[in-house]
Amino acid sequence: MRYAIRRLFQSLIVAFGVSVVAFGMLFMTGDPAEVILGESADRMSVSQIQEFRVKMGFDRPWYVQYGSFVGKALQGDFGNSFVRHQPAFEVITDKLPATIQLASAAFVLSLLISIPLGVLSAMNPHKLLDRIATVLAIFGQSIPGFWLGILLILLFGVHLKWLPISGSGTWQHLVMPSIALAAFPIARNMRLTRSSMLDVMQRDFVRTARAKGISETRVVYVHVLRNSLLPIVTAIGLEAGFLLGGSVITETIFGWPGVGREIVSAIGSKDFYVVQAGVIMLALIFSAVNLLIDIAYSWIDPRIRYGS
Amino acid sequence: MTQLDYSPAEKVVPVTEGPTAAPSQVGRPQVSQLLPRLFRSKAALMSLFVIVLVLIAALGATWIAPNDPSVIKLTQRLKPPFYTNSAGVTYLLGTDALGRDVFSRLIYGARVSMVVGLSAVLISGAVGLLVGLLSGYFGGLVDEVFMRICDIQLSFPTILLALTIMAVLGSGLDKLILVLGLTGWVLYGRIVRSQVLAIKNDEFVLAAHATGERQWRILFQHILPNIWSPVIVIASFTVASNIVAEASLSYLGVGVPPSVPSWGTILSDGRQYIGVADWLTISAGIAISLTVLSINVLGDWLRDYLDPRLKNIV
Amino acid sequence: MSGDILVRVNDLKVHFPVRGGVLNRVVGAVKAVDGVTFDITRRETLGLVGESGCGKTTAGRAILHLYQPTAGQVAFHGVDLGKESPENLRRTRRHMQMIFQDPYASLNPHMRVAEIIGRPLRVHRLAQNAGEEKDLVTEIMQKVGLDLSFRDRYPHEFSGGQRQRIGIARALATSPDFVVCDEAISALDVSIQAQIINLLEQLRDDLGLTYLFIAHDLSMVRYISTRVGVMYVGKLMELASSDELYEKPLHPYTKALLSAIPIPDPPLERKRQRILLEGDLPSSINPPVGCRFSSRCSLATDHCRAVEPEFREASTNHWVACHLV
Repeated sequence: MRYAIRRLFQSLIVAFGVSVVAFGMLFMTGDPAEVILGESADRMSVSQIQEFRVKMGFDRPWYVQYGSFVGKALQGDFGNSFVRHQPAFEVITDKLPATIQLASAAFVLSLLISIPLGVLSAMNPHKLLDRIATVLAIFGQSIPGFWLGILLILLFGVHLKWLPISGSGTWQHLVMPSIALAAFPIARNMRLTRSSMLDVMQRDFVRTARAKGISETRVVYVHVLRNSLLPIVTAIGLEAGFLLGGSVITETIFGWPGVGREIVSAIGSKDFYVVQAGVIMLALIFSAVNLLIDIAYSWIDPRIRYGS
Repeated sequence: MTQLDYSPAEKVVPVTEGPTAAPSQVGRPQVSQLLPRLFRSKAALMSLFVIVLVLIAALGATWIAPNDPSVIKLTQRLKPPFYTNSAGVTYLLGTDALGRDVFSRLIYGARVSMVVGLSAVLISGAVGLLVGLLSGYFGGLVDEVFMRICDIQLSFPTILLALTIMAVLGSGLDKLILVLGLTGWVLYGRIVRSQVLAIKNDEFVLAAHATGERQWRILFQHILPNIWSPVIVIASFTVASNIVAEASLSYLGVGVPPSVPSWGTILSDGRQYIGVADWLTISAGIAISLTVLSINVLGDWLRDYLDPRLKNIV
Repeated sequence: MSGDILVRVNDLKVHFPVRGGVLNRVVGAVKAVDGVTFDITRRETLGLVGESGCGKTTAGRAILHLYQPTAGQVAFHGVDLGKESPENLRRTRRHMQMIFQDPYASLNPHMRVAEIIGRPLRVHRLAQNAGEEKDLVTEIMQKVGLDLSFRDRYPHEFSGGQRQRIGIARALATSPDFVVCDEAISALDVSIQAQIINLLEQLRDDLGLTYLFIAHDLSMVRYISTRVGVMYVGKLMELASSDELYEKPLHPYTKALLSAIPIPDPPLERKRQRILLEGDLPSSINPPVGCRFSSRCSLATDHCRAVEPEFREASTNHWVACHLV
């Protein structure tokens, strides 16, 4: 419990940091007006730019701007989208469900494939299945996810025409993006499961269990698996970040209407407030997920709870 | 009570027996054994071969590339591989939308990838190493602050962060290297810090203190040499991820400028012509995948060689 | 024995903070060493014994100021170490060294033997050039019984006993006056222990060293020490000359410890009565009021449990902390 409170406290500091960074995005080139106006600033006169500055409140001291930024943010006001004439916050939250859908599909896919495959490989090391799985895994970790996506589109979308190449709406739309997104996690988790289990299987307590006469299946699934879970859970925890980040490119390639694609297109159209809102949202979601995972982790591993 | 008489028979015996192998806790220096071990692993050797090829391409692009990658010839746009033009020049991998030689662009692209991959790692590594050392060794407020900064930075998915920053700053090779370097240091910092914490209280560190060595000396001459292994392993994997990051960002238009031949820009060029000129997409993708694969395999081998216990961390 | 006092320890206390709570505040302290006073005269070997966790290792390290004492003073050659500037303290370390317990962890795995031994010489600039350093290292290696061919090897290539010799060589490189042997033989095989303790003895005689010999093996301590002190939960219970302590122990705890030493004479061993201690070690975070040993002492009275006994001289040069003496 104390650990949970401490972690929560840390998360608040992190949230504060996130807000500072997001706020700082506006000042990256030194002049917020320049950042927002982009190229059109070249066509404006100095007085027009100054007018714009005052209108947007960029002439106020930075701490006042920060204060108003946070104040508005807490109410859900992240400014308005220049392109869509909607609050930026709404633009992002509209797309959030799609991103979560994709990320969850990829997550489930990765768990369903990687863990059983890892366990089977560990149980029959160096046999055919293990070798094939390991080679595929190494490839899976090396092929850039977005290129895999492109290849899938090429094969299944363009040439074979089995699956739609962009958009969302049906389960067929979900297939390729999830596979592209899940490839790396599947590969990494499978190898991690395998190596972690092989490690544990060497340990003395497993030998004891076998010597006691416990059936091999039970030894593997009850004793070994449970004890190898720790590094796997850690990796899965880190996966959240990967999935959220990877969604940016995957959504862009597949035209999947999620937050990632929205941010990329907003970058393209210089729709600053949408970008800012999107980045903040993703960062906060990611921190929240990490917080939950850490707390769950502390339940699983008593050493963290009782240690310091 | 009886008198205890403990007087061993031997006096000081000069040690004449030879050294015997004993288990060591921290990594052992084994540079002399590196090459023989390397040659025993076929996979590692092949990977090294590929990487050397890529490096040669990167360094010797000007001499190896058959054609100038930036020459635009609109008369031979989107020609497939092995196309020979009227002047008798054969384009091994065809041409792109502006008639440029894809093969030559690919070779020059190796240069971009290597430069980005290695430079960004140098920056991340240097910063991460320094901060991790100081944070782990001195602890206290410095450590707390560092951990919070790490947490904050890690809460932004790297690609997203790099994407946003590059979008605002505009594309450019040096900016890209800086951004990738500065978003990547956190990983090094964390691992270095945990390694320092692990050996900070080992007796040889205390012994150095007892000898009268100054803090800084202890830090750099006792602790640092013992934490190289994970840093090197992470560095190798980060080179790979930086190459992929460059490709992704260039693909989205915010990496290197579109005119610069890089594997990412070739992919980006190929995007509009999927189904029509697939060789653009496929060739660049294979180049990236093969390079990353080789780096990963070699990195795995290196990790197992230096310290197999890292398997569960890296 | 020459009479001048090399090390003077006065009411030494070392407390480690315990953190807890949500904000990691300090909520208590582990009182590892809680008021220890003794002197060490030149050329003597003071043994310090006690069970694990009694604070003897912490005391040894605090005396060398490797841990910062929470209270009390340590004077070396008459100079209060706590009041020295960091730079002076660093220079003084030349004269006071330590041999560590774990031969596997106390040597930097990335340094060669010659480097490990030569380093103290470099730190204190005792050699003018590389040649001189090499000669000095050679000299020490010979004294300690290490073959010169070992110079360029790494620690992991050696056995425990050899590594301990390297550690001894390192400690003696700067010709210190005072050496703390912190469980220097405890981690070695028994046969090697004999070799090393003989080595330590010989070096002491040849080089005129003063030792603080910390250990938990009572027979070894008796063999090498001139005086022996017994610690329990951070405090000294008894301090006397080696023979006096082993033959005429006054403190109940000492008596119990000594009764646990096996006698290499089976019929005799079978016949004798051992003193068994019941109960657990009291916590060093909340040590009991009164005598620390009272919770396990079969002779304890209410007075013992209420009032902490003073560490006083019960007979000539024989100090005890017990109400019943």
